[in-house]
Amino acid sequence: MQLTGAEIVIRCLQEENVEYVFGYPGGSVLYIYDELFKQDKFKHVLVRHEQAAVHAADAYSRSSNKIGVCLVTSGPGVTNAVTGIATAYMDSSPIVIISGQVPTAYIGQDAFQECDTVGITRPCVKHNFLVKDVRDLALTLKKAFYIAKTGRPGPVLVDIPKDVSNQKCEFEYPKTVTMRSYNPVVKGHSGQIKKAVQMLLAAKRPMIYAGGGVILSDAAERLVKLVRRLGYPVTNTLMGLGGYPGTDKQCLGMLGMHGTYEANMAMQHCDVLVAVGARFDDRVIGNTVDFAEVSRKIIHIDIDPASISKRVKVDVPIVGNLPDVLDEMQKILEASAGVPDAKALAAWWKQIDEWRGKESLKYKQGKDIIMPQYVIEKLYEVTGGDAFITSDVGQHQMFAAQYYKFDKPRRWINSGGLGTMGVGLPYAMGTRFANPKAAVACVTGEGSIQMCIQELSTCKQFRLPIKIINLNNGYLGMVRQWQQMFHGNRYAGSYVDALPDFVKLAEAYGHVGMKIERPADVEPALREAFSTKHKNDLVFMDFLTDQTANVYPMVAAGKGLSEMILAEEL
Amino acid sequence: MRHIISILIENEAGALSRVSGLFSARAYNIESLTVAPTEDASLSRMTIVSTGSDDVIEQITKQLNKLIDVVKVVDLSEAAHIERELMLIKVRAAGKDREEIKRIADIFRGRIIDVTDSTYVIELTGNGSKLDAFLDAIDRALILETVRTGVSGIGRGDRILKV
Repeated sequence: MQLTGAEIVIRCLQEENVEYVFGYPGGSVLYIYDELFKQDKFKHVLVRHEQAAVHAADAYSRSSNKIGVCLVTSGPGVTNAVTGIATAYMDSSPIVIISGQVPTAYIGQDAFQECDTVGITRPCVKHNFLVKDVRDLALTLKKAFYIAKTGRPGPVLVDIPKDVSNQKCEFEYPKTVTMRSYNPVVKGHSGQIKKAVQMLLAAKRPMIYAGGGVILSDAAERLVKLVRRLGYPVTNTLMGLGGYPGTDKQCLGMLGMHGTYEANMAMQHCDVLVAVGARFDDRVIGNTVDFAEVSRKIIHIDIDPASISKRVKVDVPIVGNLPDVLDEMQKILEASAGVPDAKALAAWWKQIDEWRGKESLKYKQGKDIIMPQYVIEKLYEVTGGDAFITSDVGQHQMFAAQYYKFDKPRRWINSGGLGTMGVGLPYAMGTRFANPKAAVACVTGEGSIQMCIQELSTCKQFRLPIKIINLNNGYLGMVRQWQQMFHGNRYAGSYVDALPDFVKLAEAYGHVGMKIERPADVEPALREAFSTKHKNDLVFMDFLTDQTANVYPMVAAGKGLSEMILAEEL
Repeated sequence: MRHIISILIENEAGALSRVSGLFSARAYNIESLTVAPTEDASLSRMTIVSTGSDDVIEQITKQLNKLIDVVKVVDLSEAAHIERELMLIKVRAAGKDREEIKRIADIFRGRIIDVTDSTYVIELTGNGSKLDAFLDAIDRALILETVRTGVSGIGRGDRILKV
């Protein structure tokens, strides 16, 4: 059957079982929108800014393990989307972005709303395509979905000129796709896996460091099984929270710049370290020189060979899909006669418990001023620790990561790699679309929330009952914290003057607004927001919090993990 | 250390920019880069000369392999290989210089491929240092123009880079 390019796009999305397309129309995608209008197999979510379309698609994917899809027009549609694409790329989120382009004959002529989409997005996508012939369209879209989800996932963009979306050709959606230039590794090397297990069993002070790869590859269950059998301590990265249950006694919490004392000290003092789907990021291990000063054996399991020995030299690299590798490790472990050295392990746990005794996340909640940490603790209690939490970027993000104990994967949605302010609200939208019955809260600050505030309108249109937890301290808190600590209290540009009345703002968009100023009101307000009374409402909760609160513990940028600044030392 | 990296890549629009973009984005060095389609028109072969520590070169090959369009990557300099570069050089050749330049070109096994009353164009192939040596051998004042292709390389013997 002969179909137009636009019809082919729609058919391909249907074939891929797409539920939602997050997008914003414009000249170059009008044929596609016209076909989208004529069908009801999937729904279109009209955002208010293209950046939010990509973030929403990204969160849809992160919170469900399905591929998020967005649709934007040429030129400014694409440039607005770039922040979202780069954010998804840094956190390896599988999304497909379809962009309109000016007609092929106009390309390179500086046409209206033309930009070099493939060129602009090239450094921040896993791959991108410009489709110049309608006969290539179906296969290209098939490849886009395939590439996005396989190997180390990532965003893939397909740029479609307007004339291509209006030309006709025979349509057949390929069932499978093979590419001679792209064959991601799946199975890990068995010899290496054996070696890793032996090394693990011989460890006196073992440590497991689990990252976002555990979540992305759905390996959490297997990780838990393996770690519990071994009885070893484990830490989650910011991207890995929920990959191992945060409330489990073997979990030392998050590591890194704002990680717990016990997690960072265990990283520095272990003799065998297993990195599972993590990449030794600068915010996680600090300075590589300090990190390498400790002689420990490192086992690194990752799907991406380029992640291995990039920042830190490893002893046993295992390239493979985490679930497969962890399964094989488990099998070898169960078949082997070896057991962990119980005496050494007991001594190691004793040491860890001593570090835990520092209670590095302790803070004081007085009677008058709300501490941001307190709001997160109460949020955790009120939601039973079972909500989907999205966050923006800054102090509130760290507080959420530290105080909301994620027990399940895909519950914590934040921008870890790129650190994009403004993601919180569109992330909450995407998360709610993927999990239509779940409680979804967006932890944000008065700085971040204003970067995508227009999406309150989208939330109204689609009746998304998101709970916004605005930790409002009147400052760009993380910037202020660094200025206080490293720039002589000179608060250049970090004071957010002339803030809107967020309650009225929420009401103006047709939502419910609350202002919470006293510690005693925190819990009742949260209970009300999450009660059935507001089950259909977006509730914007503006918590006025302590302006001087800092995130502790902290490893200053460029320092080693053992050089931690603890709140009590100040 | 200097390395010669050979790449087979899908001959698609933008393939070169994916590779060159990777080098600039990750602050890797490129000393020279050559590219042309192979006998199989769907594939291009690229030769990149880069410098860096072993760790950096390892990352370069890994990152290149990660590009979706890249089919194969080898570091030619890891084993026996041949490298060649082509240079075209236009020199002022008048009077007594004509004979002298011809003689030097012969010594370097260069060929004169264009002749006018006052100029020669000489074609010379070899590795980079041979071409440099030729440039040093003739009077700088006589050089009107030079153009070099950058290095192409191939493995010796049974080392074959093919799909």
